[in-house]
Order: sequence, then C-alpha cells, then structure tokens
Amino acid sequence: MEWSNQQMDEKEQLRKVKETARPTVGIWILSAGTLMLIFSLVLSISLGAADIDFKTVWGTVFNFNPELVEHQIIWELRMPRVIGAAIVGSCFAVSGALMQGMTRNPLADSGLLGLNAGAAFMLALCFAFFPGLSYTYVILFSFLGAALGAGIVYGVGSLSENGLTPIRLVLAGAAVSALLGALSEGIALYYEIGQDLAFWYAGGVSGTTWSHLKVVTPWLCIAILGAIALSRSITILSLGEEVAIGLGEKMGRVKILSAIIILILAGAAVSVVGAVSFVGLIVPHLARRLVGHDYRWIIPTSALLGALLVVFADLSARIINPPYETPIGALIALIGVPFFLYLARKGGGQV
Amino acid sequence: MDALDVNKISVGYSNNLIIKDLSVAIPKHKITTIVGPNGCGKSTLIKTIVRVLQVQSGAVFLEGKAIHTLDTKEVAKRMAVLPQTAQAPSGLTVFELVSYGRFPHRKRMGRLTQKDYEYIYWALDVTGLNDLKDQPANALSGGQRQRVWIAMALSQGTDILVLDEPTTYLDLAHQLDILLLLQRLNKEEGRTIIMVLHDLNHASRFSDYMIAMRDGAVITEGTPNEVMTCDYLRKVFQINADLISCPHSTNPVCLSYQLCKNNSECKVI
Repeated sequence: MEWSNQQMDEKEQLRKVKETARPTVGIWILSAGTLMLIFSLVLSISLGAADIDFKTVWGTVFNFNPELVEHQIIWELRMPRVIGAAIVGSCFAVSGALMQGMTRNPLADSGLLGLNAGAAFMLALCFAFFPGLSYTYVILFSFLGAALGAGIVYGVGSLSENGLTPIRLVLAGAAVSALLGALSEGIALYYEIGQDLAFWYAGGVSGTTWSHLKVVTPWLCIAILGAIALSRSITILSLGEEVAIGLGEKMGRVKILSAIIILILAGAAVSVVGAVSFVGLIVPHLARRLVGHDYRWIIPTSALLGALLVVFADLSARIINPPYETPIGALIALIGVPFFLYLARKGGGQV
Repeated sequence: MDALDVNKISVGYSNNLIIKDLSVAIPKHKITTIVGPNGCGKSTLIKTIVRVLQVQSGAVFLEGKAIHTLDTKEVAKRMAVLPQTAQAPSGLTVFELVSYGRFPHRKRMGRLTQKDYEYIYWALDVTGLNDLKDQPANALSGGQRQRVWIAMALSQGTDILVLDEPTTYLDLAHQLDILLLLQRLNKEEGRTIIMVLHDLNHASRFSDYMIAMRDGAVITEGTPNEVMTCDYLRKVFQINADLISCPHSTNPVCLSYQLCKNNSECKVI
C-alpha cells in the first residue's frame, strides 16, 4: 500500500462511495417500480369485459361485501388472476436473471434449459393419466418436469469430455425441448387431451384461483428470497468461471442452489400459466440497463419488472378483443421475438 | 519455504493425461515464468495450481498445505489469479470490476469497508487507471483492459499472483508496460509472481526463475542463465537460437533463431 500517495479526506471518499455504488439509482427504481406495480394491479383489476371503477376495487379490498356482484367478480375472478400474473412474471424473470448470470449466456431463458418443455411434458402426462389430480400434486409434477428437462439438458451437455459450456447447454436445451414438445403432442393426440393442453401452451392466467395461489405463493416467496440471498455469488459467477474460482467462490454450492431455485421458479410458473417464454429473456436485460451489473439489484428489479410485464400483457390480452381473450403467451412473444433477434444479432455478446 | 509446491501431479483424463507425475516448486518472493511450445501443458499446470482443474493424483501445496483441503476463500486471500480468457460482462465500470477483487474479504451481505476502498484505490493507482475508473471496462483498449484485470487481482491483496499469458494480444509497448508493472510489484512489495509467457526474451529478462516444459513434463528449471541455453532451447522448442546477453537484465536473450533440422550447432555471440 506504499503507493497510495493520495489520502482522500472523508468527504471526497463519501462522494466517491455514492457515485460508484449504485444504490441511489437502484432504490429509486425499486420504489418507482413498486408504485407502478400497485397502480397496474388496480388498473388491471378494474378493466376488463365488465368495467369496474377504482372505488369499487378499493371497496372490495377493504370492505368486501359478498352480496355485490361486482365485488364477487373482483374477488373471485380478477384478483387471483392479476396476482397470479404478477407472481408468474416475477418467477420467470428471476429465473431468467439467475440463468443468464450463471451461464453468462445472454440468451438464457427457462425455455432454453428445457425447463418449460419439461414441466409442460409432465403436465401432459398428468392430464393423460391422472385427470383429476389436485393442484398441489400438479405443481409438484411440474417441478419434477422442470427438473427432468434441466437434468436431461445438463446430462446431454456434459457428456462431452470437455464438460459443460454455455453453448453446449443451449444446443442441448433446444434439442431436448424439441423432443419433449413432440412427446407432449404425441400424448395429447393419443389421449385426446389436446384442448386441455392447448390452454397451458398458449399460456393464460385466466384459470388462476385462490386455491392455486395458496399452493404456489409460499414456494415462490422462498425461491425469490433465496435468489436474493445468492445474488452476490451470481455476480461473481457472471465474471466467468475461472475468475470466480480465483476469487474463492464456492462454485459447486452456488450452482446447485441456484439450479434448485430456478427449478422451483420455472416449474411453479409453468404450472400456473403454461410455457410462456421470453419473460425470463427480456426482463433481466432491461433490469441490467437500469441498475447496472450487480445481481443484488438485478434480481429484485427483475422481479418487479417481470410482474409489471405480465400484468400488462394480461390486461392487454383482455382488452384487445373483448369479450375474447388473446393468448398472453402470444402477446409476450410479440415483444419477445424481435428482442431475441436483436440480442442474437448483437452477436450474443456477453451478459 | 516455497510459495507453491507442485507434488507429482497428474492432470487430464485417465486415458489421456496432459500432465503426468509433474513436480515443481515455485520460490517465494520471486518472479517465476513457465515457457514451452503450444500444447506443452503450461496452461494446464497453471490452471491446476489455481484449482480450476482437478488433479488425478498428487497435490499442489500452498505454503505447506494441500490446496484442495483449504477453504477456497482462504486460498483466494493468499493467491490471486488472472485467467487467460478473462472477459468482463458488458456495462461494468472499471471501478466495479476492480472492487470485485475484494470479494474473498467481504462478509455475505456487507458493504465495502474503508479498508476495501483503500485497496481498490491503491490498485487503480498502481495500474494507472485512476482516470478511467468510471469508464465501462469493455470500452477500453486491450492493454487497458488487461490492466483492469491485473488491478482486480491486486485489490485482492494477495502475496501470490498467478497470470496466464498476461501479455498476449498486446503490442510491444503495452507488453513491456505490464511486465514492468509486475516487476515493480515483485521488487517493491516482494509479491510472488507466477506466469506463463510466450515471449522467451521477456521471460528471460523479467524472471528470477524459469520452468521450461514440453509434452507435459518439465525439461529444465532454474535461473534464466541456466534455462536459456542452446541445448535446452533445442530440446524444448526445437530451435537453434542465437543468444546474446540482454542489455537491460544481462540475462541471455534470443537474437534470432532457425528451425532445428539436424544437430547443427547453435552459436553464442
């Protein structure tokens, strides 16, 4: 330390701290995001096939009267659906952020590692063989399916002697997703459950009920908190594996923990809404633009932005062509595909 | 005691060992350079030392203790690494990247402490990056970027610094720049430096100790005067070298060379 000739006085030091750390921006964005989310939730609850004004929404939340039809619509139909949309958005976005940080692959999405396809495949099996299965089990099968998809992808990817690389993961993910997709379709045709499945594939939150949310929410809260706890290690991992090892990161542990969290997030989200892609792709990139590269900020920001995106997508799905619902997966793909092409064209770059 | 003791390690896959039964000792407070032709296993050796690759047998000892039995964070407080292909994620500023060097010293959720800041600013200072600290690391030139990674390794505050080809892809002046910086760190602070270099003359000029490898084995090791001889250069690189004494370090450097076709003598000017 002999060369540090410039001893900065305390004020100068403080200025530098404020300038270089990004919490000021981060806190501002998180607060603004929270406000916007609350606003969009209320907006989304009040708009739809039957328009309901804000006052009634307020009344339902704080002064519920089961005899009013409007209150019933809000409580039984709109609220669970809107909250479900928000939760699902957070899940896909956070799992995407984790995957992108972990694999340093800017195109990572739960679709990429075969998670969505795996979960959807399991759902097809559930529909075909255990049609009356309770939601608790459906969601467990969905985790299993996500794990199965990811497991095959990792397995295929690491068969090669040189071990796992991001590129190999992407290729394996594409192949396994195609296979699982084909199998699900085969099952759907053979057992004539195509219509039930189409609902999951197109993705929709309209079927969400309070009982679904009761099962899913605890899982997701734990998983998102876990993701935040891991966020600093993810930042280190995103510098590259060799650098991370040099910095003393416990690679094995971080990778396993993040993999489990990703499985829970993606599995649960697919079980609610179907295999919606692109949320996990777009949102982390936006978050990175806003709050910089530190995953301690990226993950909470992604959770918020993901919720916002899906709530708005769901709202648009309902008001574009009422009383019919436009599939939410299609709407998100409308933004997602050009974005994917833009990223791919940028050369994949780095995260 | 030696800084690092590599004891009979074998690395690679069971049917295809890249390094077999290799032993070598890295002296403390010295600059040690590993040289050898492409594919001789020098990067494999470095990667094993910094625990990126696992040994099939044998062990690497850090100041007397087997490195894989130590807590990896504790190792990171004593040995910093600059990998060959370090690539910064886009959007990260120089300051942020350098600050990650403090990772092994920090508590799980803690903020940067006064001491962390001292190390970071010292590292930026030594590497001459103070003016660039708010620039995105990716927007810098190759030489500057390499300095950023070195600054990150320095802010780690370790006695041992391991660098895999730190001068590759840099022009002549920037190569020297990096090497002079490393030399200064070694001379003024007694840091142990281990690196892989492709340029023999740089290796000879800046090293206290050289290790020459070929086909996954150490052919010879010692001071530049002991290693940079016609015989060994022929054995290691299959070249006939014209050696002269370096005017800056008095160690032998290679003026020019010819590919070795037969056993023709190489001459010392």
